Amino acid sequence: MHKLDLRGWLGTYGVVLALAALILFGWMRYENFLGFFNVMSVLRYNSMFALVALGMCFVIMTGGIDLSVGSTAALGSVVAALASPYGLLPGLAAGVGAGLVVGLVNGVLVTRLQIMPFIATLATMLAASGSALLLASNQSVSVSYESGFTFLGQGNLWILPVPALIAGFAYVVGSVILNYTSTGRTMLAVGGGEDATRLMGLPADRIKLIVYLASGGLAGLAGVILASQFGAGQPIEGVGWELFAIAAVVVGGTLLTGGSGSVGATLAGVLLLGILFNVLNFENGKGWISLSAYWQSVIRGLFLLVVVIIQARLMARREARA
Amino acid sequence: MTQTLGTPAPAASPTRRLEIIDFLSRYGTLIALALLIVFNLIFTRNFATLQTLNVNLTQVCTIVIVAVGMTLVIATGGIDLSVGSLMAISGALAPMIFLGKIVPIDNVYLAVAAAMVLAVAVAGLLGLFNGWLVAQFGIQPIVATLVLFIAGRGIAQVMTNGNLQTFKIPEFQWIGLGRFFGIPIQVILMAAIVLLAAWCLRRTVFGRDILAIGGNEKAARFAGIAVGRVKLAVYAISGLCAGLAGLVVIAINSASDANLVGLGMELDAIAAVAVGGTLLTGGKATIIGTLLGALTIQLVRYTLLANGVPDAAALVVKAAIIVAAVWLQRQGRTS
Repeated sequence: MHKLDLRGWLGTYGVVLALAALILFGWMRYENFLGFFNVMSVLRYNSMFALVALGMCFVIMTGGIDLSVGSTAALGSVVAALASPYGLLPGLAAGVGAGLVVGLVNGVLVTRLQIMPFIATLATMLAASGSALLLASNQSVSVSYESGFTFLGQGNLWILPVPALIAGFAYVVGSVILNYTSTGRTMLAVGGGEDATRLMGLPADRIKLIVYLASGGLAGLAGVILASQFGAGQPIEGVGWELFAIAAVVVGGTLLTGGSGSVGATLAGVLLLGILFNVLNFENGKGWISLSAYWQSVIRGLFLLVVVIIQARLMARREARA
Repeated sequence: MTQTLGTPAPAASPTRRLEIIDFLSRYGTLIALALLIVFNLIFTRNFATLQTLNVNLTQVCTIVIVAVGMTLVIATGGIDLSVGSLMAISGALAPMIFLGKIVPIDNVYLAVAAAMVLAVAVAGLLGLFNGWLVAQFGIQPIVATLVLFIAGRGIAQVMTNGNLQTFKIPEFQWIGLGRFFGIPIQVILMAAIVLLAAWCLRRTVFGRDILAIGGNEKAARFAGIAVGRVKLAVYAISGLCAGLAGLVVIAINSASDANLVGLGMELDAIAAVAVGGTLLTGGKATIIGTLLGALTIQLVRYTLLANGVPDAAALVVKAAIIVAAVWLQRQGRTS
């Protein structure tokens, strides 16, 4: 496993290399690309997606999928905004709590009722979206500016944006759990072969419940940051976040079939997709080309295409050799 | 209505309770639909009118057309997330052609014909591209079609620069507004597509191949089925259906908005397929079930709205129905 193997190494660290190359490109081409303001705003904005993608990464590693994260974030943002007049902590707890409830429902549907993750989370996606719209009476809910709640999305600790610190902390915790705890190893085991995991006496259902809870809670947290950053709980935000998160996880090299995955590579995947957009903005600023924001999704799609084709090729070679 | 390959017929259930669940899982959608109609006949005012029938059928048409293609894809064990984006592309391309934005065409009939054929063909080709990724590279369908889900709507937006295209061209809009002996044209289209697909799945070698691949791909390959070619075909068909549905949507609206055409359609279609009783793992599929599933979801929404329940609450109910339907089907299979 640790034998030096260029192709396998590329498969694992390709995304980090691509990220480094993109940053190098931006640094050489644009003034201020690595300027303090730009770096901080990229980190602040992408922290929400990073949190959602972390939860998605855990779920996918166990061989599942969570389509409800976007709606859950919207629900979390609405609930947090409603609770924000009571202060920072109540707002935070309410938003994360709402996410945990959705995660719990997902986990119960998948483990107890044995409903396929794709369908179970599709249903909760609709339900969370409906609940968010009902709670918010179909409009955005502004947050309280007096209670200090906006610190979570707009504040700085020393010079670092608070949401980026939250996301960074979540990734450190996630990485430790995955690599150094039995829970983390069992997650990978469940994704690698659920029946085998069960026969080994490992608590497969409990692990699945935990990952859906984590995904829901992290999506709720992303919703809290969304509300705090933009000053409003937004019931119709979050559309397509689930697919962005899946794309980031895939770009990070995690296979959708489960059983493998890396928290760090997922973060690199999120940053790669986020910085692509940033580079596009800078390129427009140079005036050489004028690409509308609509190109963003086309480029992201093309990028995803390249990544999955490379992955498929690597997999085919690996299988051919095995 | 329902075909199974690769799995033996379930043995007679030993107890009465299981028999009930078995019965429910087989005819649940039909029963739910019947109950909904009875409920509406009693409680919803003006339900038993032609107008109600018209409203519901015209609203459900595009979902059913897309869901038929989706059923075939799912029957092979795949999934197609790109249908909504393909609708947006076909919906953006057609007006550009018949409004003469690409090449001016003098004859309006020629322009409309070219627009329809090209728009649907492009959607079909993009579907073929999905199939190519799945069949050639062995990429998981959910990831392969995610590419066009993300890029496809962007392509439609780039094509139109995000602008709304409005038009008033009866020669084109018959597809969404016209009637034939009082029946809306898109309902006839929907019925034709449903019947054709149901016949294909039941009676043709192609249909049996689809189910065989979904049931056990390796076995199908050993049995000499051209797995790759069948997969290419089902994704292309799904693309064609999406392209056609895109045309119907813009014809109804007299306008095409690349940001909105087909938004969320992939989930509506998948929900209809799941409620209809098609296995999401492949190998067992029913086109008529998909039609019934789409009608059930539509009628639930209509019932709630007609009785003053807000649309947001209808979403929650829709979620509960999907879960209940899939759970019941599962019980039926395990008993």
